[in-house]
Amino acid sequence: MHRIVLEGRGDLSEWRRAARGLFAAKVLPEDIDWRVRADAADDLFDMPAADTAKIPAVSASSLLTVPKAFLSLAEAVICHSDPARFGRLYGLLFRLQAEPSLLAIRADADVAALRTMEKSVRRDCHKMTAFVRFKEIPDGGYGRRRRFFAWFEPDHYIVSRVAPFFQRRFTDMDWMIATPKGTAAWDGEELHVSSSPAENPKLSDQTETLWRTYFRHIFNPARLKVKMMQTEMPKKYWKNLPEAELIPDMIASAEAEVIAMAERAATDAPLFHTRLQAAAKTPVASAVSEPTTLAEAREQAMACMRCPLHCNATQTVFGEGPENADIMIVGEQPGDQEDLAGRPFVGPAGRVFDEAAQAVGLDRTRVYVTNAVKHFKYELRGKRRIHQKPNLGEVQHCKWWLKLELDFVKPKLVVAMGATAVASLTGRQQKLGDLRGDLLDIDTGGSMMVTVHPSYLLRLPDHGRQQEELARFRADLAEAVRFDRQHIQPTMARPDVGNQRI
Amino acid sequence: MKKSLNERLAILSDAAKYDASCASSGSVKRDSLKSGGVGSTEGSGICHAYAPDGRCISLLKILMTNFCMYDCAYCVNRSSSNVERARFSVEEVVWLTLEFYRRNYIEGLFLSSGIIRSSDYTMEEMVRIARELRVTHNFRGYIHLKSIPEASPLLIEEAGLYADRLSINIELPTDAGLTRFAPEKHPANIRRSMGELRLKIEAASEPTLQTKRRKRFVPAGQSTQMIVGADQSNDRTILGTSARLYGSYGLRRVYYSAFSPIPDASKTLPLIKPPLIREHRLYQADWLYRFYGFGIEEITEKQPGGMLDLKLDPKLAWALANRDRFPVDINRDEREMLLRVPGLGTKAVAGVLSSRRHRRLRLEDLARLHVSVKKVQAFIVAEGWTPHRLAERSDLRAMFEPKPEQLALF
Repeated sequence: MHRIVLEGRGDLSEWRRAARGLFAAKVLPEDIDWRVRADAADDLFDMPAADTAKIPAVSASSLLTVPKAFLSLAEAVICHSDPARFGRLYGLLFRLQAEPSLLAIRADADVAALRTMEKSVRRDCHKMTAFVRFKEIPDGGYGRRRRFFAWFEPDHYIVSRVAPFFQRRFTDMDWMIATPKGTAAWDGEELHVSSSPAENPKLSDQTETLWRTYFRHIFNPARLKVKMMQTEMPKKYWKNLPEAELIPDMIASAEAEVIAMAERAATDAPLFHTRLQAAAKTPVASAVSEPTTLAEAREQAMACMRCPLHCNATQTVFGEGPENADIMIVGEQPGDQEDLAGRPFVGPAGRVFDEAAQAVGLDRTRVYVTNAVKHFKYELRGKRRIHQKPNLGEVQHCKWWLKLELDFVKPKLVVAMGATAVASLTGRQQKLGDLRGDLLDIDTGGSMMVTVHPSYLLRLPDHGRQQEELARFRADLAEAVRFDRQHIQPTMARPDVGNQRI
Repeated sequence: MKKSLNERLAILSDAAKYDASCASSGSVKRDSLKSGGVGSTEGSGICHAYAPDGRCISLLKILMTNFCMYDCAYCVNRSSSNVERARFSVEEVVWLTLEFYRRNYIEGLFLSSGIIRSSDYTMEEMVRIARELRVTHNFRGYIHLKSIPEASPLLIEEAGLYADRLSINIELPTDAGLTRFAPEKHPANIRRSMGELRLKIEAASEPTLQTKRRKRFVPAGQSTQMIVGADQSNDRTILGTSARLYGSYGLRRVYYSAFSPIPDASKTLPLIKPPLIREHRLYQADWLYRFYGFGIEEITEKQPGGMLDLKLDPKLAWALANRDRFPVDINRDEREMLLRVPGLGTKAVAGVLSSRRHRRLRLEDLARLHVSVKKVQAFIVAEGWTPHRLAERSDLRAMFEPKPEQLALF
């Protein structure tokens, strides 16, 4: 039997040295008696002196390889206060040589036991970052850094593990955290850590009064969940938390507070409420009348509830462009991006349209761009909104707005992109292919051309086909430009109103 | 006479406690080592204290003022309430935040406010507080600002440069409910500002042409809160609204807040005990939706009245209603199906997946992964274990229901 005595205050290197030596000497895990010096001192007398001396020397050639994950596990576990940690780590180290992937088997008994210890250390570290309470040490030196002190009682030897956290966080002040298991201090230059036990000097700090006020008043007495509080903030921490002394009284008076709250019936409103309400009472808007301008139509459309699509969409996406544009582009409906931005054709399909228009010399700022349906219709798939085709009823309801846009803008040419736009403009569902390339008349006056919707181009899986269709789409837009030059611009010298983005 | 700082702190934390969110997680990692200032965020949040209501205290959650022009029936600070009013100055909020932070009481600030003068004025004051903390005091801790409805987009943009998280409360699951209880708030505008914020966050996360570094803009994203139990909406409606909010605006979190009686309550609202279990079930369902691959419809479709089962957690309730999908073989079935087994969480599933590459798993192995064998055994096949007809037993539900308790006398 080999007896190994270690300091056991969270330092991995002493265990590592011993473990290397033992492993090189092929000592089996069950033949080692691991001891912590503080405990070992007690029974030093009834122990044969020869045994303690038998720590095999480390030979430089004894190379021992372990996976990286073992080291990070060992670094945490060594901080644990259970004396069994040394033996368990050595046992795992031993097994790892034959089973290199052992750490991945989380269900293995040895691995699971060490993981539990690791978890306990991590939790203790986390609780230390949470429950350390600094008290200011009054100093008064002008221009001196402020000084703070904290007393904390961790379960495990974690002070050196957690100290860098406080250094990262409280860089501009001097602080010291003292615990029975070691001390950490920062002076702006260097982080000092020691593992020797400290005493609690019991300081006080005025600001704790404010903190206690906050703690008492952020508490909602109507929802008492004491068990929940105690699992997260166990009683063992309470003695060093300035707010904890309030807890028993807060629990005891909670019910009475709720009853008092219920009994105190609602009282009359304060004076300023009455004044506010009076001021807010603006003359009631006259009943909504039919809009007389495009701007009015746009405003009314913002509150549109003609069909249920408004329930799930963010906002109405009305058309935009010059009010006297010669060409009106009509798409299907706003997509995800359009719905968020409140503007038509700003998403992926909008970019396809913009590029094609630019390529054929169609100036987007001179055309009026809109959609047959003004709200985004979608279906949730996981966390994504997937476009859904509007049905004929929705198209019919929204026709009201498209017709107003046509009436006010009076375009000479309407370019209908996609079947939904065609259905809205003609009132019938028709095949795109039958109409494409023709110049049609529509009942609101002017002519209409038909092409595909740019999102159709995005959906084509085959690249070659996509390029082909894109070229056709461009040709259609080029046709619109030609129509514009031949039929509109020479005869109608209309002033250029430029970009009227609203 | 002017109230003391301590008295005002009492009033303005009383006024803030009905907002459930207190998260300090999800932001970028940063610290003060280089700047030499104060504060850090570590990625995961830290709860510095717990109140007896079981809620964590991570941030200094206060209102700048509880004077408010709005008259929202469910709110303790509505203009018609006789609650005591107070106001902090910008400097006071900054001072309190820093002094609390230096003593390690908090992770940072969660600032909200009643609306005074105008939305823009209020928002501007709040942005000033955030700016003072970040710029003047070199504060690197967590800041969560509540966006004031109808505040100008420019102010929101500036707020986003200083804040880790911005939130705007949707308050009630339906537009009709909000219009009824909060006449001054416009649901459409709330959605629009969420949409705008999502676009800005996405734009900021794209690398710019000049530099590969991304602009820091609301790194912990946006969140919202819904009050449960103030109106008649059922759980299906509530969860449907959440799903839509997650999908449409990329929210990090939707918080559910059981409507709890408030002092000087409005006559239009129920003065009852807050439905805490219902709130808990909604959170569980929310988790199933976000991390376990469940659809909202699946969770609620077989539940009478569209309400979640109060006695059983939603995953167990789903499993009992869909017994044909079980048993699941923990040594063979895919992750998606393992996640649907009651009693297996995401960590346990990860443990199962990594362990089973090396050996076949038995029930004891699951116990070592901190899984409740009692709960999972009816739903799984493991090495040396089949549930036989356990999953088909008609009293299976009763085996999971909580034991009947003697009722309290009052």
